[in-house]
Amino acid sequence: MGDARASNAQPHHAPAASARVRGGPMGNTRFVAGLLVAAAATFGAARLVDNAYVFFAGYVVLQYIVLATAWNILGGYTGYVNFGTAAFFALGAYTTVALHKLVPLPLPVMMLAGGVISGAIGLGTGYLTLRLRGTFFSIATLAMAVVVQTLITNWSFVGGSRGAYIVRPEATPLFGLDYVQYLFLLMLGLSVIAVGVARAIEHSRLGYGFAAIRDDELAAEANGVPTLRLKLIATALSGGFMGMAGAPLPYYVTYLDPASGFSLSYAVNTIAMPLIGGTGSWLGPILGAVLLGTLQQVATVTISSALSLLLVGVLLVGFVVAAPRGIIGWFSR
Amino acid sequence: MSALLEVRGLGKRFGGFVALNDIVLEVADGERLGLIGPNGSGKSTLVNCLCGTLRNESGQVRFAGKSLNGLSAHERSRLGLARSFQLPRPFGTMTLAENLRIPILYAVHARDGVRVADVPLRCADLLAMVGLADKADRLPRDLTQIEMRKLELARAMASEPRLLIADEAMAGLSHQEVDDILALLLQLNAQGITIIMIEHIMRAVLAFSQRLVVLVAGRKIADGAPQDVVRQPNVVEAYLGS
Amino acid sequence: MDLSLDLLGNALVSGLLLGAFYAAVTIGVSISFGMLDIVNIAHPAFIVLGSYIAYIANSVLGVDPILASIIVLPAFYLLGMAIYHVYDVSFERRGDASIRGLAFFFGILFITEVALVLAFGVDYRLVEAPYIGPSLHLGVIDLPLRLLVPALVSLALIGALQLYMHHTFIGRAIQAVAQDPLALRLMAANPSKIKRIAFGLSIGSASIAGAILIIIQPVEPSIARDYIGRVFAICVMGGLGSFGGTVVAAMILGIVESLTATFYGPSWSPAVAFGFLLLTLALRPSGLFGRI
Repeated sequence: MGDARASNAQPHHAPAASARVRGGPMGNTRFVAGLLVAAAATFGAARLVDNAYVFFAGYVVLQYIVLATAWNILGGYTGYVNFGTAAFFALGAYTTVALHKLVPLPLPVMMLAGGVISGAIGLGTGYLTLRLRGTFFSIATLAMAVVVQTLITNWSFVGGSRGAYIVRPEATPLFGLDYVQYLFLLMLGLSVIAVGVARAIEHSRLGYGFAAIRDDELAAEANGVPTLRLKLIATALSGGFMGMAGAPLPYYVTYLDPASGFSLSYAVNTIAMPLIGGTGSWLGPILGAVLLGTLQQVATVTISSALSLLLVGVLLVGFVVAAPRGIIGWFSR
Repeated sequence: MSALLEVRGLGKRFGGFVALNDIVLEVADGERLGLIGPNGSGKSTLVNCLCGTLRNESGQVRFAGKSLNGLSAHERSRLGLARSFQLPRPFGTMTLAENLRIPILYAVHARDGVRVADVPLRCADLLAMVGLADKADRLPRDLTQIEMRKLELARAMASEPRLLIADEAMAGLSHQEVDDILALLLQLNAQGITIIMIEHIMRAVLAFSQRLVVLVAGRKIADGAPQDVVRQPNVVEAYLGS
Repeated sequence: MDLSLDLLGNALVSGLLLGAFYAAVTIGVSISFGMLDIVNIAHPAFIVLGSYIAYIANSVLGVDPILASIIVLPAFYLLGMAIYHVYDVSFERRGDASIRGLAFFFGILFITEVALVLAFGVDYRLVEAPYIGPSLHLGVIDLPLRLLVPALVSLALIGALQLYMHHTFIGRAIQAVAQDPLALRLMAANPSKIKRIAFGLSIGSASIAGAILIIIQPVEPSIARDYIGRVFAICVMGGLGSFGGTVVAAMILGIVESLTATFYGPSWSPAVAFGFLLLTLALRPSGLFGRI
């Protein structure tokens, strides 16, 4: 036992500071109703502006709300850092590419399929590595991203390294909407579901189990928490939502190649957003995604995309060093 | 009294180092057992093997008539085996009341279900039992050393165990504080909970134990009535220093 | 048959040389991750930074890349000490090294990469030196100096570090820190200070690794990421913190990669390292030669 590492094997000492927001436990039904109202207002406002770019940029911000929320279910609630967002996201996107060529299904069905595939990959990676220290899981997710990218790059059916062109269906399934608006609406719906699920977890038995794992895994296990099973649930849920977020991507970009689908910027953004917003509750990832997502949309247009990425990196490092509780931490206590 | 815990030929090694060698131990239902031994004698390793944090290479552990071999720590806690940690390990981002929720929501819930509405009351009762009722909404970092030990014991008790292993629950406490914890453990035992106390403070061990077991270098060298055991020459030599 | 035997022989030899080079790339992580338990996933980014410095020194001033890397090594050492200081104050002392510490290094990796893209673009850069080009020929086996020189430099670097760790006071203190920080504190040595020096050495090694990287292959900013998997695969396989294990594991990976590239095509070789890593983590997390 004289190994220093043995004593490090346990906890992810999340700072006591990241105590979860525990206001009055508003019922989940009412919370979801509130989310739906907010979503309807968002869509209505976008319609009022009546500018195609609003939907185009808004889609990206919503996509990041889903990704950041998904990342936070594993990273923020259980304390396991996933560097492989790009892989889960791109797996969802490439599931759509493959299905598009095989059987043209409605997009919501493809999103479910993408979610199932990514969730299953998450479960597999988790099963292999979640018995080990958290850092090994993190390194393995990096590794998994490269393995998956190599497989896709060498798989010519989905375009290989040349990429694949996707033709959008001509008719929009929902009357009166053009296709980008339809995608926007789907992503809006998915973000409502993701945030609803994250919030419901926080106040559930599952959420307490996750928090116990994050605070002290050994103590959690000693108090009856089946840590491995809970971590696998978190990984599968988190990966599944990432895959669902990626599934509409081919229709959004209409051309997808591995370099863009697996871009490191997805991984950086999805880590930066919850950490900047605050990892303790569902609100943090949304705050981070809206702020960083909007900032990047603006900076990419006005300055350059490379500089806007640099900004994300600098903000990430700045926040983890100087504001460990994120933006939410400025307002609580 | 029938044996609640039965350990047969338990062995554990780390690489070439034999931490536990052929440990045989029986603990009767309702008993108060003291377990002593010098640092590095294998006490903590034994606790970890009993609770499933470490896997023993050889031997059998039976608890309430069931074999524990191959069961993970959370499964053992669900069977009614609880421990407090030598260095308290509270859940740092949770309030005291929430700390107690974890064993209730998991260990107890898995055993016989819990009505969610009863949970707050149960947490309050447990905190009142250890005298921390007024701090239910505080975070563990606000606690003093002894309060931390009490929280650790309250959390172990929240899982409604049949056997509690208190691993050096008194180390570093003042004379009065030791007596507080001692009284608490005796009270728990009076409620029918079997307790193994691992301790260096001889005064407390002797006041508490009905039977005393001594570990030295991974072997059990004595097992019997406390007054007899502390007079055994090999115990005096090995434990109390020659 | 002869042809494929030649191919096999050459693939083995170049794999061995490649592996020796991988050892230099990994040795810094063997110190930071293996000994100090700091998950510096930005290490390969510092190596690529070293490559670009060697590139500038070589293309602007005409300096030999290896010489240039030795000259800037002290600067890398100081950079490493500075980074450790920030890490120590921000994460280790708060007992919060895991999530935010990982994100910190991930951010540094990303910032370094994007900054290099902004400064140099995404074109591949290379260096010139008399040993790039010619080969030694031993029968049917080719020994390209472009691989041989980096392999020798790498082994010299690791040998020097090994001597330092075993024959100096600070070196022994670093090993003690790796074993048990508490014991060291009881001996009245300051673990923070010792770790700062060790982390400085770790980043210092990236300077030399960077120079030999750009001798072996043309470099662009994003290749740092290809090395993350290799480096951690080797480090874990070699049994965290063991220099000898690192060299052996690096050579095994070099040979497997070289064989894969020769017989299946180079587009598969990135997956080899990561596949190795996943397998190692799943089957033998304590390394091929692991204790515990």
